Amino acid sequence: MTPDLIYGLTGIAVFAIGLVGALCAQDRLRRVLALKLCSVGAGFILVVAAWREPPASPDPVPHALVITGIVVMVSATAVALALIRRLQTLEAEADE
Amino acid sequence: MNNLMSLDPMTLALFLPLFGAMAAFIAPRAASVIGLATVLANLGAVGWLAFEIRAAAELITPLGGWAPPLGIALRADGLSVAMLALTGAVGLLVSFSALDALRDARQRQYFWPLWLLLLTGLNGVYLGTDIFNLYVMIEVIALAAVGLTVLSGTREAVRAGLEYMYASILGALLFLMGVGFVYLQLGRLDFAGLIAATPSAALSAALALMVVGLLLKTALFPLHFWLPAAHANATAPASALLSGLVVKAALYIFLRLSTYMPLPDEILVTLLGALGAGALLWGSVQALRAERLKLLVAWSTVAQIGLIFIAFARAGQVGLVESWKAAALLILAHGIAKSAMFLAAGRIKDEVGHDIIRDLDRSAIRPTLAQFTFALAAISLIGLPPSLGFIGKWSLMEGALQAGYWHWVVATMVGTLLSVAYFSRVFAGFLRFDRMQGALAEHKGWALADLAPLTLALAAISLGLMAAPILSFIELGYPFGAMP
Amino acid sequence: MSDVPLLPLFILMTSLLASPVLFALPESAARLRTAINLGMAMLKLALVAWLGWKVGQGVVYDLRFTMLPGLEFKLQADPLAMLFISLSAVLWLITTIYSIGYLEHGPHRARFFGFFSLCVAATVGIAMAGNLFTFLIFYELLTLATYPLVIHRGTAEALRAGRIYLIYTLAGGLVLLIGTLGLWVLAGTTDFTPGGVLEDVVTEHRLAAQILFVVLVGALGVKAALFPFHAWLPIAMVAPAPVSALLHAVAVVKAGAFGIMRVVYEVFGIETAQALGMTAPLAALAGITIIYGSLKAITQDDIKKRLAYSTVSQVSYITLGVALASPIAAVGALAHLIHQGLMKITMFMAAGNLAEGLGVKKVSQMDGVGREMPGTMLAFSAAALAMIGLPPLAGFVSKWYLAQGGLDAGAGWVIALLLGSSLLNAIYFLPMLHRAWFRDRADTASGTSYRQIGWMLAAPPITTALMVLAVGGFANAPFSPLEWTRFVVAIEYQE
Repeated sequence: MTPDLIYGLTGIAVFAIGLVGALCAQDRLRRVLALKLCSVGAGFILVVAAWREPPASPDPVPHALVITGIVVMVSATAVALALIRRLQTLEAEADE
Repeated sequence: MNNLMSLDPMTLALFLPLFGAMAAFIAPRAASVIGLATVLANLGAVGWLAFEIRAAAELITPLGGWAPPLGIALRADGLSVAMLALTGAVGLLVSFSALDALRDARQRQYFWPLWLLLLTGLNGVYLGTDIFNLYVMIEVIALAAVGLTVLSGTREAVRAGLEYMYASILGALLFLMGVGFVYLQLGRLDFAGLIAATPSAALSAALALMVVGLLLKTALFPLHFWLPAAHANATAPASALLSGLVVKAALYIFLRLSTYMPLPDEILVTLLGALGAGALLWGSVQALRAERLKLLVAWSTVAQIGLIFIAFARAGQVGLVESWKAAALLILAHGIAKSAMFLAAGRIKDEVGHDIIRDLDRSAIRPTLAQFTFALAAISLIGLPPSLGFIGKWSLMEGALQAGYWHWVVATMVGTLLSVAYFSRVFAGFLRFDRMQGALAEHKGWALADLAPLTLALAAISLGLMAAPILSFIELGYPFGAMP
Repeated sequence: MSDVPLLPLFILMTSLLASPVLFALPESAARLRTAINLGMAMLKLALVAWLGWKVGQGVVYDLRFTMLPGLEFKLQADPLAMLFISLSAVLWLITTIYSIGYLEHGPHRARFFGFFSLCVAATVGIAMAGNLFTFLIFYELLTLATYPLVIHRGTAEALRAGRIYLIYTLAGGLVLLIGTLGLWVLAGTTDFTPGGVLEDVVTEHRLAAQILFVVLVGALGVKAALFPFHAWLPIAMVAPAPVSALLHAVAVVKAGAFGIMRVVYEVFGIETAQALGMTAPLAALAGITIIYGSLKAITQDDIKKRLAYSTVSQVSYITLGVALASPIAAVGALAHLIHQGLMKITMFMAAGNLAEGLGVKKVSQMDGVGREMPGTMLAFSAAALAMIGLPPLAGFVSKWYLAQGGLDAGAGWVIALLLGSSLLNAIYFLPMLHRAWFRDRADTASGTSYRQIGWMLAAPPITTALMVLAVGGFANAPFSPLEWTRFVVAIEYQE
């Protein structure tokens, strides 16, 4: 097994775990975390795409893409967390 | 920044809304002015672009002078300009009605930055040429759209918004996974690379991942679960944008991909059509059962999305060369008519005070013009002549008949009858008078706010007469000249 | 070419553009609304007269506009169209006057007249449609414009009727859409051409053409109230009297009958339709409808319902005349298109007057109404006698030609059918006349004393009754409907 294959399979596995979590989890926070797992898995695949048999230097483009992806995901997570907090406040108000 | 950049309409269409969004966020007091000015300028840029496309058929601009794959290129052809124009024009009219519909100061403050950000994302999708940028743009759209969904601040809206957020991000991530696989196979992500690629099983798998992600974002049955609550609970202008424009972005990407990387199998095309038929049926049945007006309209979106997929599948794999046009016509028709309908529904709710369908006729206040607008929009959505919706349906059924695919004709007819059934529930509420107490207020509801939805609804009907020029326009420059 | 090539478009626009203006007028602007209504109706009548003059001189009007590649929106003013437009223009004016009187203090007048105009525009469009595609557009518009008129009263009953009406007509419209598509795919054109467009196709796709015939005629049969698609018509009687009058005389049922004419003559061509073996079943179906409608009419006590079933029966005379595939019968069919319109509109307006003036809505309440409202009842009686087919009244003329046509086509049963139908007509109309003229007003204790009706209600039925007398009495005069029908039939049969 070459490192890129291991890395790639891991990526797919991580994505799959995230997918199951996103679809099945009940807790709001867990679903956010599951989505984060998905994004990590997808990131793995892009990183693998950059891999080149040494001594060739890796392809820089996927690295740029992964960084962009991380930034996008960070902002998405922030929005999701903000919404969850807001919803909790609203629900707490309604219960009172 | 160089001279070239400021002179290019595509760059303008991308950056004007982005800067507008920032400015509107920084200066909340001037948000409406900034917003309207930006939307107008955007429409101007699109008009300029349309003018150039008529002459050149397609235009490509490398952003900042960097060539792909490192740089980002913008490309426009007839189809993308049609989508830009739909977005720009519908957006402008929705903006006008937002001036009236959003009474809350907080809503006003956040509506404009979010909407302009959404516009950035939409324009970015229609001008994008590589699938990674499309991923970024659909994320931008998702964030802005979720913001718009929860704008009303009610518990139901926030809950629906969160559900929408999960679905949207998951869809985008599935798409991203597909993007990763494509890069693994081809080492490039631009459309030209996709066209040149030789089909393989791995590539098909990547395509499948992307398509599933897009289906989730465009809410094709059975992945529609998030849509009705999100669209029904948002404020009226937001609903109009979400239903009229946002779901179209994912549909557009799907159309592009399916022409660049043709679906490998007839069965897949049929499966998509079958899902469309399921959406048409299920959406209609739910619309028949919906108790609230906006929920009915939202379920009708689910049904109409299904119809668009039937249009896509109408003549099988071989017919795709023609089918995308029928789908595109239906996309345009639905974008215009549905935003008109949501705005009208919002007006009715504002004037009557509620939007419970079976009690609509108990109200002495009848917002006549808004009801008329609703009916006009329904004509296009049902697909009665001479509306644009009718032309779309005609193209759909013509292709299906010619290919001998009777089942799609039958599905379309059933859907049409069901849409008559669920919309006539609403008409009965408008036109019934015997359960009402007190005298009818004469011509209540002639307000300037009705102008925007009415214009949209009239456009949805009269554009049907312009179908021939629209069709020849969307065929311009199609696609990279690689296909007939 | 003509000097004003856009004339057909202008005629369409008179009522089409009047509609949004009428919608926008406030409820209280009654005078302005009346002025616009009457002005537009008279303008239209003048334009139609001008157009008729031009068409009579052989000027050809043909307006085209491409909607989809190869598919055109097409208006034409051929003699057949002229026949229908003239009817609608004349009756629009008369019904408009009647409606203004009828709704003088009623609610939602802006809406009513807006849709009323739209309805007439649709009728004109149907008449002038140059191909099936354009026909379809106006056919659907007609459905949409008449629905709010049918449910104008806004009661639960009206809404129920409206829903049934909408289901029937929109389903019919959808089937027509399929038929149009089928024609487009099969023949590559949807143009109306005397002699038909399917001659070459038929030899190769006989079954497909037969199916297409059934689909198209079936779809049109819904509006033409052809058995078994007639059920909506008696239910739609909840509409206000002027709406019923218009629906029965020019707008909806006639649109269906006119469509059947176009399809049989100018899509299939009468010879092709005959060769397909489709005309005989159609004639039989029309015959069944004629008898069935009359039988049902006898049992109705509600005046408007009785009239409605009478329409079911009478409109099928037109279909029968077309289906007999004889030029003489065709003359009868076309003449009946006009004659039935005049007779039926008279009776509905008269029935509306009885309800307005005396509160009489049932046949059993009609005792002695002739003495209370002599003008209205004279008009009603003239129309009823004409409908029965008393010579030389209008109904007799059409029945005479239909009978001759039956003989010409070798279908002797038509004579028996017509005699039977006339007998049934007499059975359901004569008792009404007998009650009205020869019985005493039962009692005024039921609270229905006579309420004076204005001239706007009284004059229209009398006017149309005089027309009924005139078209029958002067049937052979130049420019009479009958003469014009001969001209049309010569074209359709390509003689």
